[in-house]
Amino acid sequence: MSDKVLMKGNEAIAEAAIRAGCRHYFGYPITPQTELAAYMSKRMPKIGGVFLQAESEIAAINMVYGVAGTGKRVMTSSSSPGVSLKQEGISYIAGADLPALIVNVQRGGPGLGGIQPSQSDYFQATKGGGHGDYHLIVLTPAGVQEMADLTGLAFDLADKYRMPAMLLADGTTGQMMEPVTLPEEAPHLIEKPWAVIGTEMKRKHNIINSLYLQPEELERTNFERFQRYAQVEENEVRYESYLTEDADIVVVAFGIAARVSKNAVVAARKAGIKAGLLRPITVWPFPKKALETLSHTAKGFLSVELNMGQMIEDVRLSIHDRKPVRLVNRAGGMIPSPDEVLAAIVRMQKEV
Amino acid sequence: MAKVTFNTDICKGCGLCVLACPKKILVIAADKINKKGHSPAEMTDQEKCIGCAFCATMCPDCVITVEK
Amino acid sequence: MIVFQKPKSLTDAELHYCPGCTHGIIHRLVAEAIDTLGIEGKTIGVAPVGCAVMAYNYFACDMVEAAHGRAPAVATGLKRSLPENVIFTYQGDGDLASIGMAETVHAATRNENITVVFVNNAIYGMTGGQMAPTSLPGQVTQTSPYGRDVAVAGYPIRVCEMISKLDGPEYVARVAVNNVKNVKAAGKAILKAFQNQIEGKGFSLIEVVSSCPTNWGLTPEKALQWVDEKMIPYYPLGVYKDRSAEVTEK
Repeated sequence: MSDKVLMKGNEAIAEAAIRAGCRHYFGYPITPQTELAAYMSKRMPKIGGVFLQAESEIAAINMVYGVAGTGKRVMTSSSSPGVSLKQEGISYIAGADLPALIVNVQRGGPGLGGIQPSQSDYFQATKGGGHGDYHLIVLTPAGVQEMADLTGLAFDLADKYRMPAMLLADGTTGQMMEPVTLPEEAPHLIEKPWAVIGTEMKRKHNIINSLYLQPEELERTNFERFQRYAQVEENEVRYESYLTEDADIVVVAFGIAARVSKNAVVAARKAGIKAGLLRPITVWPFPKKALETLSHTAKGFLSVELNMGQMIEDVRLSIHDRKPVRLVNRAGGMIPSPDEVLAAIVRMQKEV
Repeated sequence: MAKVTFNTDICKGCGLCVLACPKKILVIAADKINKKGHSPAEMTDQEKCIGCAFCATMCPDCVITVEK
Repeated sequence: MIVFQKPKSLTDAELHYCPGCTHGIIHRLVAEAIDTLGIEGKTIGVAPVGCAVMAYNYFACDMVEAAHGRAPAVATGLKRSLPENVIFTYQGDGDLASIGMAETVHAATRNENITVVFVNNAIYGMTGGQMAPTSLPGQVTQTSPYGRDVAVAGYPIRVCEMISKLDGPEYVARVAVNNVKNVKAAGKAILKAFQNQIEGKGFSLIEVVSSCPTNWGLTPEKALQWVDEKMIPYYPLGVYKDRSAEVTEK
């Protein structure tokens, strides 16, 4: 086991990616994820890897598409406005069934928005983002250690299910410094017989493609892809449950909002309120079953988000609106304080 | 003697080979129709062919094989 | 003895192009270069969006279908991942000179070691004949029904002239496929563009002035005449940049 080091979240992602066998990084400067690209630009040339600053986010994601087609681990990172630009390429990556990692260190929007932390790309990340029917595996780190751990996991899952994965972080977790135990450099690389690496005149040509002009064929690829998605939903849901077993009030939050919420739950317990935290680590697939189970015991739910209320829709769907669900939110780069969340818990306790 | 063979089934009858032939011995056979529904190119006088392969050079569909 | 036959690095798939469309000739020239150099087994092609979108079915080497205009970026990814392989893009004028201009210019200025085959037929073919970045002044298209008015739509882009001004690229040339002589010259230029890559020289772009009988509303024969009379005067043929030759001269 390696020693603990003090690192910024963005840098932890970069180093973890390298340790997961990623040797190709393509990006374009945008705040607040710049440290990730800067780290890659320093490290990649020294380990025989590729760092390339592309002419745009669009070019960067298409370079990712190219490398992904060759079967190698590849990533890009950006922040909200830049991730919007990448959506075209992400749709093609999903449509061509390629694994790749996209990191979104979210900032406030819409438009140019701001540069402070946000979770307002939840819909974009979990409901598609680009055109067509597809999903990304979306992992949401709540701290620097998780940024490192989930990066390796994201590469593994992307390879396993032949689909793009996203680390949905935010400006706070990206910028914060914490001690982190970096993963060993032992990537789980798998065979990719579909990759384009040259036929060597030994096989029929491989084609990386998302075009199917025959509707029957396109329908078939969509249904097959969704069978794979069903497996992901079955096998890869990840979440943290904190004091939820006997909780009357279940707070649902991810990322930085979950850290704040955890403090509020502790404070609520001290005040004699049975509060708990359900923290989705994967927001797609979403921990529907865990929430559904809690909907039979809990009296009410709070969705704490740094946006105008996006994940709350998935919470309500998961619990079939069996219990009241209230939104606790800040937006535009503002983060709720533990006291604000605690106050909401207290209000809900009175309501239910 | 040169020999020119046409993969008539895939000919689109565009006539670029006819245009290129220096001996003017290629025609679009207006009285024939191939699988694709086109009138294909054919050679009227194999004896006069010099095997220059100009026809094949201009053919967009690799219809023509030339032997000498 | 066979003096001319279909190149081996083309598959048996029948080309979907319209009768007399010169895309087929250009496909063949690319395949001939691949055969001549014996590189089919290590070549990866990138198909565009446009008429040549299904090029991935026609070339026997490994193929990738790129989003509209993004082929040079995709090729960059492929080449950076597989520097020992041979990577080419095959793109039309809308793809390369309009939506993908940034990708084109930046791949060129990085001297990305790839081969770009650029088919300029002055129109968007696949979507049914709209004005392209290379449509000529006055040219009637579906979206310039009164002729391209340069006061409204601006001027055509001369890609070779523009790209050759960059310090990056190795080789930039414009050829045509409207007659036997030009087709042979085009074949040589394309071969050189692949050779440059194998020799590690960097970015080569071959612009091929091509025809679109269907959307120009001309017979295949008249379309080739139009290339000669209208296209080539606006887009003069020749080598616009050849760094290795310049170095040799000096």
